[in-house]
Amino acid sequence: MDKFLKLSAVAAPFLKKNVDTDLIIRIERCTGMPKEELGKYAFEMVRFLPGGAENPEFVLNQPRYRGAQILVCGEFFGTGSSREVAVWALASFGIRCVIAPSFGQIFFNNCFQNGLLAIVLPQATVDALAQSAAAPAAKPFTVDLESQTINGSVRFDIAPRNLKMLLEGLDEIGLTQAMEPKIAAFQAADRKRRPWIYPST
Amino acid sequence: MSAKTMFDKIWDQHLVEDLGDGVHLLHVDRHLMHELSGQRGQLELKARGIKIRNPELTIGSMDHVVSTVPGARGGNFPWADKMIESFRAEGKKAGVKIYDIGEDGQGIVHVVGPELGFTLPGSTLLCGDSHTCTHGALGALAWGIGTSELTHVLATQTIVQQRPKTLRARFEGKPAHAITAKDLILALIGKIGTAGGVGYAVEYAGEAIRDLEMEGRLTVCNLSIELGAKAGMIAPDEKTFAYLKGRRHAPAGALWDQAVEHWKTLPSDAAAKFDKEQVLDCSALAPQITWGTSPEDVIGVDGRIPGNKPEALAYMGLTEGRQIAGTKVDRVFIGSCTNSRLPDLRAAAAIVRGRKAAKHVKAWVVPGSWRIKQDAEAEGLHEIFLNAGFEWREAGCSMCVGVNGDLVEPQARCVSTSNRNFVGRQGPQARTHLASPATAAAAAIAGEIVDVRGF
Repeated sequence: MDKFLKLSAVAAPFLKKNVDTDLIIRIERCTGMPKEELGKYAFEMVRFLPGGAENPEFVLNQPRYRGAQILVCGEFFGTGSSREVAVWALASFGIRCVIAPSFGQIFFNNCFQNGLLAIVLPQATVDALAQSAAAPAAKPFTVDLESQTINGSVRFDIAPRNLKMLLEGLDEIGLTQAMEPKIAAFQAADRKRRPWIYPST
Repeated sequence: MSAKTMFDKIWDQHLVEDLGDGVHLLHVDRHLMHELSGQRGQLELKARGIKIRNPELTIGSMDHVVSTVPGARGGNFPWADKMIESFRAEGKKAGVKIYDIGEDGQGIVHVVGPELGFTLPGSTLLCGDSHTCTHGALGALAWGIGTSELTHVLATQTIVQQRPKTLRARFEGKPAHAITAKDLILALIGKIGTAGGVGYAVEYAGEAIRDLEMEGRLTVCNLSIELGAKAGMIAPDEKTFAYLKGRRHAPAGALWDQAVEHWKTLPSDAAAKFDKEQVLDCSALAPQITWGTSPEDVIGVDGRIPGNKPEALAYMGLTEGRQIAGTKVDRVFIGSCTNSRLPDLRAAAAIVRGRKAAKHVKAWVVPGSWRIKQDAEAEGLHEIFLNAGFEWREAGCSMCVGVNGDLVEPQARCVSTSNRNFVGRQGPQARTHLASPATAAAAAIAGEIVDVRGF
C-alpha cells in the first residue's frame, strides 16, 4: 500500500448529503474488474448523462476540478453497501483524501485499508473548506498527515491506528498474524468456555 | 461487577488483544460468505499465499449473482457463472461448506445464517455485506465488512475494530394490528435519520420488539445499517431458543443446554447505562412507505409528500403536498434479506388471496432461501401468488440490488420490501418505495400505493 505523508492537490466541493456507495460505483462494476480500471466508472450515474456524454453540471467534470485528489463532502458520505470497490473506484479515479462531517462506517474502515485518508470535521469546518475550494481564486489544498492539518491551520484528528496505517503503509493481516500465539491461546481457553462455538469435526 | 450492556458483554468475551486507543483485536466466531464479495476475498487470500485459518467457522451461500428465473441453476451472465464456479471450487479446496444452488441451505446469507442455526446468540458474526447486522436479531454481535477485512478474517479468524458506543432504541406502546416489523424500523429511521446511529451499536428493546417473532426481529435488525449503526441487536429470549433448537448448525444435546445457560446471561443488566437512548411510540403508527431516495425519507401511507428534498422528488417523479396513496406503480418486489421469510410471504399472500394484480403491474415474489421456497409451496402460497398473476421465482438477492440482472426499468416505480431506495439502486433511474410485504402486495393489487388497512 502507498504511504501517505503530505498531499497538495486540487480540492473539489461535493456537499451532497448521504452519497451512498451505490452512487460511487454501480454494483455491476463489482464483478471482478481489476482495481486500477474502476476509476472510469466512479460516480457514473451523475458524472455522465443517460446518453453517455459527460454531465457538465457534475463538479468533477468542471475544468477547474479535473484531476482533483481531495473531495470535500456532505454528511454521511459512503453510506450503504459494504463494497470496497467504492474505495477502489475513488482511488483509481485519483482521489486520495475525502473530508466530511460523517462517513458510512464500513466505507470509512475500507478507506484506511486502501491508503485513502478519510477526515471527519464538524459541519461548519467542512462548509468553510468547501467554500474556499469553490472560491474563484481557490488554491490547491495541502493535507499534512504528520501535523494533522489542512492548509496549515485546520486541525483534524485521526485515530492513532489509522494514522499509523497511512504513515507506514502497514499490512494489517501481517500484523495480526504476528499475534498468532494470542489467537491460539484465546481459542484454546474459549473452547472450554463456549465449546458449542467450535464444531467437533 | 458493574452493570453491563449486552453489547459490552459480548464484545468483552471476544477480546483477543487490546491494541490501544480503543482499538481491539476480536475473535470472529462465525463468518459468512457469498459469491460476490466472498469470491474476491478468496482470490485476495490466494494471491497472498495464505490458507483459511478456521474453515470450519465459515460457511458460504450463493445469493447475489444467481438467476432467480424459475428453474434456473446458475447466473444470468457468463461472468456470473464464472464467479459461481470459482467460489464453489475455492470453497471446496479450502474445506469451507458452500450451500450451492438447488441445495437445502442455499439462499440469501442473512436468511440462511439464522435458518441453519449458524448464527448463535452471543457470537460475533461477520460477512462481506452491509446487511450482516441482520443477525443481531438472535443476540449475535454482527456487522458487515469490506474485502480487506474479509480477507483478514479468513487469514486470522479475528478482526481489528474500534469499539463503538451503545444506543438503546425502545419501541414503546402496542402497534396496531396492521403494523409490521418493517413499519417499526422505518419509522425509527424516519425519526432519527440515516446518520442517527453512526458510531453506535444499537440494542432494540421495548414491548413492541419483545412481541415480534424471530423473523420480524430479523427485519428490524436488518435495517440497522440504514440507521448508520455499526450493529443492531435484540436480547435473546425463549423465542430465540425455540427458533434455534434443532437447526442444522445449532448445538445439540448437552452442548445445547450448556449454550442456553450461557445465552441467558447475555441480556443487558437492568442497571446498564447506554451512551444514548431513543424512544419510539408505536401506538399511533400508520403503515410506512418511503417517498425519496434515502430510507429516512419515510412517511405514513396516509400522509402527504414533503417538499424538503426537491432533488429527491424530481428523481422520484413526485409532487410536494400530494397524498402518497394513489401514486401509480409499475413494479412490486417482495423479497430481499429484509422481508423474504415465510411469515413475510404469508402476510403478502393474505392480501393477495382471491385477488388479481393490476394489469399494468409486474409483481415478483422471490423467497429468501431454497428452504423457504419449499415450505411456502407446501402451504400453497405459490399458487396464491401465481393465480394473482405474480411471478414466483428462485431464491436470491434479486431486485434488491440487481447485480444478477433483475432490474427495474428506467423511471419505472417499484414498491419494494427491500432496504435501499438509493438513486439507481434497483436499476438506472429506477424509483423505489420501501414498504412492508403487506403494503407491497396491496400496491400490486390496487396498481397504486394504497393503505393496506383498507384491504
